[in-house]
Amino acid sequence: MKTALLEELQQARVEKRQVVLATNLTSGNQKLLYPFESEDNSDLAEAARNALRYDKPATFESENGTVFLNIFNPPLRLFIVGAVHIAQALVPMAAGADYEVTVIDPRRSFGSSFRFPNVTLDNRWPDEALEELNPDRRTAIVTLTHDAKLDDPALQHALKSDAFYVGALGSGRTHTKRQQRLLKVGFTEEDFARIHGPIGLDIGAKSPAEIAISIMAEITAVLRQKEIT
Amino acid sequence: MTETASTLSDDDILSQALNWKKDGRSVALATVINTWGSAPRPAGSQLAIDETGQMVGSVSGGCVEGAVIQEALEIIKSGEPKTLEFGVSNDEAWEVGLACGGKINVFVEKLD
Repeated sequence: MKTALLEELQQARVEKRQVVLATNLTSGNQKLLYPFESEDNSDLAEAARNALRYDKPATFESENGTVFLNIFNPPLRLFIVGAVHIAQALVPMAAGADYEVTVIDPRRSFGSSFRFPNVTLDNRWPDEALEELNPDRRTAIVTLTHDAKLDDPALQHALKSDAFYVGALGSGRTHTKRQQRLLKVGFTEEDFARIHGPIGLDIGAKSPAEIAISIMAEITAVLRQKEIT
Repeated sequence: MTETASTLSDDDILSQALNWKKDGRSVALATVINTWGSAPRPAGSQLAIDETGQMVGSVSGGCVEGAVIQEALEIIKSGEPKTLEFGVSNDEAWEVGLACGGKINVFVEKLD
C-alpha cells in the first residue's frame, strides 16, 4: 500500500466519509472508492455500496482478478431526543452496541448530568442541535418526549437527513396525529413512512428497560436490513 | 498530535502503521480477506507489523500471528504482496493453524 493512499484513507475516516479500500489481490494495486458520493453504477461501485450498507467487507471478481473490498464506515451514532426514563435505559444499551450516543433535551431538569452521568448531553432545541450534529447514513434518531413541541422539530429535521433509522415514541393514536401535523407542513406520505412508530419491535415491552430493548432491537434490524415479520 | 490521531481512537491500527512509517521504519499490513467456519476474527481485521516484528491489531486472536509476522518480514524485504492461507490445525501436527476449526486467508502487503 502506498503511504499517500493510507494517509488519504485516514483523512476520509476522520471526515466520517464512507470509504472502501479496493485491493487487487493479484497485482496488489489499490484505490479508494466513495460509492455513495458518486452516481457510478458499475458492478464494482454497487458491490462497494452493498459492502458499506451491510457493514461487511466483500470480494469482487473483476476481469483483472479478485478484488478485496475493505470497508471503513464512520462510527454509528444515536441521537435520543427526550432525556426521559426510557432514555436512561436506552443510553447504556446503545453504548454497549458501539453507538456514540447524544441525548438532546432543552429542559435542563430532564437533561441533567445527574440523571445522565456518562453520556453527551445537548441542551439545545432539537432542530438546532440536529442541525449541527448533522445526522448521516450511520445515524439513528429517536424521539421520546411525548411532546410535539420537542418531537416534531426533531422529526422534521430527521426526515430531511440521511439517518438510517427514525423512530418516535407514542401510541398509534399519537402517531396518527403526528402524521397529520407533518403532512400539514409539507411532508409526503412517503417521508412520513420513514418514521418507525409506534417505536420498537412488538415484544410486549412494558418497563422502560424493556421498551429500550425493543427500540434497540428495531434499530439493529433496520441497520442489518433484516425483515421482521 | 496530528489531526488523525486526535479523532481516530488511540489504538487505531492504521494510525499506528502510519506513525511507524513516519518514524522511518518499514511496515507491513496484514488483512483478513476471507473466513470459513468458526474463524476467530472477521474479514477486514488487520494487523500492522514493523521491521522489528512489533505488531498491533489481530488477524486471528493469536493463532497464526506468529506465522504472519514471519511472512510479513519477508514481504517487507521483497515488496511483493502475498495471500496466505491458514486452515484447521491438528493437535498432533506441528503446523500453524486455527485450533477452532476455521480457515482464513490473509493478504499481506508492504507499506511503501
